[in-house]
Amino acid sequence: MFRKLHDPGAAAVTVHIDGRPVRAEAGESVAALLLRQPEGWSRTTPISASPRAPYCMMGVCFECLVEINGQGSVQACLTPVQDGMSVVRQQGCRSVSA
Amino acid sequence: MSAQHTDLLIVGAGPAGMAAAVTARRHGLTVRVLDDQPAPGGQIWRAVEAVATTPRLTRLGEAYRAGVERAAAFRACGALYEAQSQLWQMEPGFRAFLTRQGKASSVTAGAVILATGAQERPVPFPGWTLPGVLTVGAAQILLKTADSVPDRPVWIAGCGPLPLLYMTQLLAAGGKIAGFLDTTPRGRLGAALRHLPQAMGRAGDLFKGLSWSLALRWAGFPIVRHVAELRAEGAGRLEQLVYRTQDGRETRVPAEVLLVHEGVVPSIHAPLALGCHVRWDARQHCQVPVLDGWGETSQANVFVAGDGAGIGGAEAAEPRGRLAALRIAARLGRLREDVAEAAAGTERAALSRALALRPFLDALYAPRPEVFAPADETLVCRCEEVTAGELRARAAQGRPGPNQLKAFTRAGMGPCQGRQCGYTMAHIVAAVQQRPVGDVGFYRIRPPLKPVTLGELASLEAQEPAA
Repeated sequence: MFRKLHDPGAAAVTVHIDGRPVRAEAGESVAALLLRQPEGWSRTTPISASPRAPYCMMGVCFECLVEINGQGSVQACLTPVQDGMSVVRQQGCRSVSA
Repeated sequence: MSAQHTDLLIVGAGPAGMAAAVTARRHGLTVRVLDDQPAPGGQIWRAVEAVATTPRLTRLGEAYRAGVERAAAFRACGALYEAQSQLWQMEPGFRAFLTRQGKASSVTAGAVILATGAQERPVPFPGWTLPGVLTVGAAQILLKTADSVPDRPVWIAGCGPLPLLYMTQLLAAGGKIAGFLDTTPRGRLGAALRHLPQAMGRAGDLFKGLSWSLALRWAGFPIVRHVAELRAEGAGRLEQLVYRTQDGRETRVPAEVLLVHEGVVPSIHAPLALGCHVRWDARQHCQVPVLDGWGETSQANVFVAGDGAGIGGAEAAEPRGRLAALRIAARLGRLREDVAEAAAGTERAALSRALALRPFLDALYAPRPEVFAPADETLVCRCEEVTAGELRARAAQGRPGPNQLKAFTRAGMGPCQGRQCGYTMAHIVAAVQQRPVGDVGFYRIRPPLKPVTLGELASLEAQEPAA
């Protein structure tokens, strides 16, 4: 959906999205990274399982909830990427353990 | 005084929060600033410290560049800045509860300034929940913080200064625009021109807006005027966009990304949770906190500054932040009353100058009626997936208000806690029951202001018993 205008160069980090390694730039948000992936969606809703993606990018819509490093329902737009981070697209309700 | 106590707690580090912190520190107050973002600047100056060292600074424009020195002054002022902190409860007195990096904690303060800014007005229409539909503000944040632009030519629908600014920035960055669907209704310019004499006080801003419009007209993408209705369609993501203009003509175009914007509204969840009185602002079509000339709410020692006090932009946010800080400094005996009054005179003059263009903008870009009356199939509550039709049917049974409808339908009960559906709910209730929207009110906002996990709650350290 979106593309990055510059190469991160030395600021590049690796984030795993659903287990797949992806290049990101230190300091950008997980939501920004998710919007550059070909899948387009980043979670499915608990009610109808419909796909959603980041919408407001400023923490007020809660559409970008994903599992980050095992913690469920984290707002991806408020979370900067970190090297080695694991991001899982959340399907339906978050599990109790996550 | 414990290490967790400060004279002043500021929530938000945008123009208002930073200006308030700098002023309060100048008068010797201890200041803690909570911010849910990773760096100071608020939305207007998002990531400005990081961008300052790159060539991207120039193409984001002068108003953005102004944030570089503001952020530097804030960093140097001696306030305790706590980034990535989410406030979720405030008790009178004041004790604030927050979550930072998965851990909850509480801090105390003698006075509070809520500088939580604004959010974009939610614009519900069929398909607005599809991946590929975002707000213009979201795309601008992506440009500022991640240097990212839509992959393919993007459709932009809405009105207000922000779409014009974003389109200008996007073109400067090398992005492509498929078309601009201008939703300003017919006849708005005439209504706005009444306010032109006052607006001339901000002739520079008027000229800036005009030059954006002219440059965009020359850029060669289609501009469709008087668009009244939108529909986003696609299997699992946006594939096509249908729009209808005021003359009834319907057009269908392929689309991958659609950005929407119908103005901004104050963030009122924190003041509402604290029990601050709010009133309906008919000119800006939103609730605003009731404030005195210093920005103090109906709750003593709770102040609101910045766009949370009513939409005024960054230049109005700064004097509002300083006014609140001056009042608090005087109240704590760090500043003589007459000195605070004299300084306030200067700030109020700056505020009044900054607000001179507002009546013109508010009249020109007042939301079109369709924003508040979405088609029955439209999801109003994105979280709990409640449609406009369901709310209308329920609103006609008896005379329920937003809170009863919330209990009946779950609209407003999801993680965003009504930030996306609150105003649509109020307008649907008002229309069905033929009541003024200002009388319908808003959801009752209760803690936690942001979702908190049991694990985070358990991480709270034991507190001293209440005295």
